[in-house]
Amino acid sequence: MGKSEEVVLLNYWPSPYGMRAMIALAEKGVQYEYVSVDVVNNKTQLLLQMNPVHKKVPVLIHNGSPVCESLVIVQYIDELWAGDAKPVFLPSDPYQRAQARFWAHYIDEIFEFGRKIWIKTGEEVEKGKKELVDSLKLMESQLGDKPYFGGEELGYVDIALVPYYSWFYTYEQFGNISIEAECPKLVDWAKRCMKKESVNKALPDPVKVHDFVVMLRKKFGVDS
Amino acid sequence: MAEVVLLDFWGSPFGMRARIALAEKGVKYEYKEEHLLTGKKTPLLLETNPVHKKIPVLIHNGKPISESLVIVQYIEDAWSDTAPLLPADPYGRSQARFWADFVDKKIYDQGKKIWANKAGEVQEAGKKELIESLKLLEGELGEKPFFGGETIGYVDVALVPFYTWFYSFETIGNFSIQAECPKLIEWVKRCLERESVSKSLVDPEKVYVDLILVLKKMYGYE
Repeated sequence: MGKSEEVVLLNYWPSPYGMRAMIALAEKGVQYEYVSVDVVNNKTQLLLQMNPVHKKVPVLIHNGSPVCESLVIVQYIDELWAGDAKPVFLPSDPYQRAQARFWAHYIDEIFEFGRKIWIKTGEEVEKGKKELVDSLKLMESQLGDKPYFGGEELGYVDIALVPYYSWFYTYEQFGNISIEAECPKLVDWAKRCMKKESVNKALPDPVKVHDFVVMLRKKFGVDS
Repeated sequence: MAEVVLLDFWGSPFGMRARIALAEKGVKYEYKEEHLLTGKKTPLLLETNPVHKKIPVLIHNGKPISESLVIVQYIEDAWSDTAPLLPADPYGRSQARFWADFVDKKIYDQGKKIWANKAGEVQEAGKKELIESLKLLEGELGEKPFFGGETIGYVDVALVPFYTWFYSFETIGNFSIQAECPKLIEWVKRCLERESVSKSLVDPEKVYVDLILVLKKMYGYE
């Protein structure tokens, strides 16, 4: 893949889905143009054209052709930019691949549980807290004693999950919980990932994410 | 236990996906029925899919795989020497994965708005949304005989099982999917010409009488 290629990523900085794509591109050493789209206030023509079905970020545009849905994007990046001693996200063994895909799919539910904490009120918030903590504990048990879900190196499940680390502070503030107290090994894992440039450049400051959510709540009329 | 076991439920479109993929690859397997309508889940299901406790579950040499599209991709990877369901090029693969994911995000939930509700706002919304989704899929199919091109592929496997629930949607929702999406129905008929599909799909009227109407009663969706 040495020829000149045009790689563009449409994204919005708070999106954990976008962070997955950024980490994957950085891990593979792919040069790309980052185009910010404020999906809350102004979905651009380019976004609507490149993702007419869902109208969401991230969108990877490779030589003009769009790829949508963060996990589809990560798999595309993994398959296309392969060889030359580049990292591999999905294992080659079919059973291990299936396990990685299963957990990545499960992880998408975690964002929905967390969302209840900051966008809902009353009982729904309590439900969200329990679901979030239970699911993070389940992921923690899956990690076991490995440094990463991928084993010795960052893999597909790490890339799928670590972006939520930037949202933990938000969940903790709105939910009045401590994720570190509930899942210390998972937080250790997240900090280990954050030592990697690909991850810490992709994840925004958790306080900025919190302020963004405060703004969203106002916008959606949720009482503080 | 047999080398390949599929825990399934006769009327599940998700289970049908696994059945079609196994048949396409010529894999012999033991089919085990989970009698979901009894409300009881077997110890084997709870043990092999403790996270979701849902079928289908594929058990290969004792190792379980859950989530229907994860299962289909596993079947593709484990029996890679025959009948590929995904194209070889990464871009083609990304498009197939996108559309299979689209089917997962939309069809079941939109269909449920129709069958699990009385005539009214929610049901109308479900009908509108379902037709929109099916038309988008019809557009993606274009002039190709199958989503996979000349032969069935990942998206065909992901979508065609929902055909068995169309009769239920149409009867309860009082509308015609054929009238709205004739090309899609033609595609279904083409798929049904393949033994892997015709042997995996169940009779739509049986789904209506023995599954959907039973579920409606069970959950009080009247």
